Amino acid sequence: MAERTITLEVFRYRPDKDKEPTFQSFTVPFREDWVVLDALNYLKDQTDGSISFRWSCRMGVCGSCGMMVNGTPRLSCAAFLREYYPGPVRVEPLANFPVERDLIVNLDDFMKKLKAVKPWIIRKEEKPVSEGEYRQSPAELANFKQFSMCINCMLCYAACPVYGLQPDFVGPAALALAHRYNLDSRDEGQELRKEVVFSHESVWECTFVGECSVVCPKDVDPAGAIQQEKVAGALDLVKSVLMPWGSR
Amino acid sequence: MAHVHDILIVGGGGAGLRAAIAAAEADPKLDIAIVSKVYPMRSHTVAAEGGTAAVIKENDSLEDHIKDTISGADWLADQDVVELFVKAAPAELIQLEHWGCPWSREPDGRVAVRPFGGMRIERTWFAADKTGFHLLHSLFQTSLKYESIKRYDEWFVTKLLVENGRCQGVVAIEMQTGLIQPIFAKAIVLATGGGGRIFPFTTNGAIKTGDGMALAYRAGVALKDMEFVQYHPTGLPGTGILITEAARGEGGILVNKNGYRYLQDYALGKPLDVNDPRHPQLRTMELGPRDKLSQCFMKEREKGNTIPGPYGDVVHLDIRHLGEKKIDKKIPFVRELSKNYAGIDPVYEPIPVRPVVHYMMGGVHTDIQAATSIPGLYAAGECACVSINGANRLGSNSLTELLVFGARAGRNAAAFAKEQGKLDTAVLEAQTKDEQDRIRKNFLTKTDGKERIATIRTEMNSTMEVGAGIYRQEGPLQETCKKLAELKERFKNVTIDDRSNCFNTELTSVLELENMLDIAEAVAHSAVNRKESRGSHQRTDYPKRDDENFLSHSLAYCTTGAPRIDYQKVVITNWPPAERTYGDTK
Repeated sequence: MAERTITLEVFRYRPDKDKEPTFQSFTVPFREDWVVLDALNYLKDQTDGSISFRWSCRMGVCGSCGMMVNGTPRLSCAAFLREYYPGPVRVEPLANFPVERDLIVNLDDFMKKLKAVKPWIIRKEEKPVSEGEYRQSPAELANFKQFSMCINCMLCYAACPVYGLQPDFVGPAALALAHRYNLDSRDEGQELRKEVVFSHESVWECTFVGECSVVCPKDVDPAGAIQQEKVAGALDLVKSVLMPWGSR
Repeated sequence: MAHVHDILIVGGGGAGLRAAIAAAEADPKLDIAIVSKVYPMRSHTVAAEGGTAAVIKENDSLEDHIKDTISGADWLADQDVVELFVKAAPAELIQLEHWGCPWSREPDGRVAVRPFGGMRIERTWFAADKTGFHLLHSLFQTSLKYESIKRYDEWFVTKLLVENGRCQGVVAIEMQTGLIQPIFAKAIVLATGGGGRIFPFTTNGAIKTGDGMALAYRAGVALKDMEFVQYHPTGLPGTGILITEAARGEGGILVNKNGYRYLQDYALGKPLDVNDPRHPQLRTMELGPRDKLSQCFMKEREKGNTIPGPYGDVVHLDIRHLGEKKIDKKIPFVRELSKNYAGIDPVYEPIPVRPVVHYMMGGVHTDIQAATSIPGLYAAGECACVSINGANRLGSNSLTELLVFGARAGRNAAAFAKEQGKLDTAVLEAQTKDEQDRIRKNFLTKTDGKERIATIRTEMNSTMEVGAGIYRQEGPLQETCKKLAELKERFKNVTIDDRSNCFNTELTSVLELENMLDIAEAVAHSAVNRKESRGSHQRTDYPKRDDENFLSHSLAYCTTGAPRIDYQKVVITNWPPAERTYGDTK
């Protein structure tokens, strides 16, 4: 029996020489246990070394290899060719991001937003290391654990219609991380994160389409995090009206 | 505009980030930069699963952690360094707790510990089975609060700038533009991780190509103990994806094709029933050290007791008796990975596994201060060999190592940088020019190349497995050395399709291959020269450990031909070499 194959349509754009992006079709062997990333690596090794994409761990945890696969944001190391058989499989750079080249997008915007939400433990007073760990019950851990699972793969930004229209929107992953720290029993930084979390470009922009949570490969549920922050923000507003002398 | 800093850290994984934070805390006035070929959160620390060791519980002792580490290392660890490491470990992990790492907890809110291979007591802190992921993200996110830490994300370092006997910077390719530029600094820390990709079947991600090791090696620093390559006993066939040792720490068992717990035939103690409350027993059976468990697999295969599969023989890692609830709570990633990449749900079926290249005990030769032989150049983490792991690293010591020695390298680099005057960048610019010319001439403008990257890489992978795998002997090792010399020669004739500037990932691939060929040679030649069996280095032609001749670290030096191999005595303080036993010792 002849070896089965599948067609890969790869988005190509090399700023040095291409005015416009194009799609290039390649035929690759179809293997049951191959993921889209395997097919791309096959092409890079055997056919055209100039195809550019990011990848590393190939086990769904480093977050490098996100791309659009047939129009949906996926980790290419977790998208099996068999899901798309008989093909074709169209691979494009993540939507909503500026394209650098081929399947590589520019992440500068996210890196700025990540820093802006202050994703670190903020304490009024640091406890010296010599005094040991902070106690945190399994229930307190469970409170934020889910939101700490974000691998920064950017699939949620690629799926978010608000981010597509409104690039200032802080966005799902960064807000989920802000929420993660706000919920951490060791943290006292909620007030300091307010400025960003409750800003005009932040939680209030989210129209709760929920696509971010659908595409998240780690079940972080950024949409849920944003809704919970909205509730906190609304309560805060109510309190500030009812109890102007201070409530928190 | 020239890029000038006080301290430059090459690599943004656990060790690099810890070094950066330590330097920033040592003196907020210091100008610190991290340069990495990937964004920090993509670094391979992210893939570590099971946990990280430090003495925290009342029933544990520093002495026991030291003894476990030294015997695990088959006495090739420097004991002064191990002692320092074990003593510094608890504070480092508590510090990480204060920085937000979501450690798994006891009901009373204290951090929980789990058993791990080769440890005589439960001392492995864990964040479910994504410990490395949480450790890396906690460190990276914490690093963002220090304004003095700058980053060069996606810059690929190609050379160390050494002038007047001092390391004063690097040359790097800014991947976005393709510009080849110098970054100057008064002190440099290498934290680039391991090089498992020299082998065909590895848990290591694509980026683990031994870059920092190769940079230091070419600059004249020795690579120490490179023959010691750890095979993890439980990787998924085909992909090599790691199934954490925590699966066994939680009670998982290894069985052969007859459903028999074969480890009992190899001096690792007697099995207890999986329902016995004393199972799993520490330092026994499935909780033996990684080198021995991987060797047992090979012996079972020789006996015909392994299970044939599409990607070679496997044995079964069975965790079904743990039940769905415990699996989902303690080792959820094991389930996720098994389902996605082995097509089985370990709640209902055993996981097919085989040994897989996981970790390099060897690396850039440093002293106890994390300093190399070149003033101003430090190294930490897997890319370094400070000598706590010796001939075999114990699971859960590596994450602790990158914290302890990352911090130490950062602080020592800070102290060194403060003593230095202004850099003479004019001389360094000349060196930079030479490096720019080399990269252009050898790769970007060369027209007569014939060899594809993938061809050379595949042949290198294959010869490493044949000659320098779990069991080694003179003949095949010599063949591997010869083959590597041939591949290095053929590399001069390599060609790339891509001549463009923006994100030329083929150019970085070819530079990675060049690095891998260098470190592969150091591995193979160090292995030929070590005519004994110790830890992960097993010579069928020299099956015994030979303390008389080889209680020494190998040091591989770069020459124009084959590496020159030298030796340095192991530091023995309070724990004289003894027989390494598992199974019934306490």
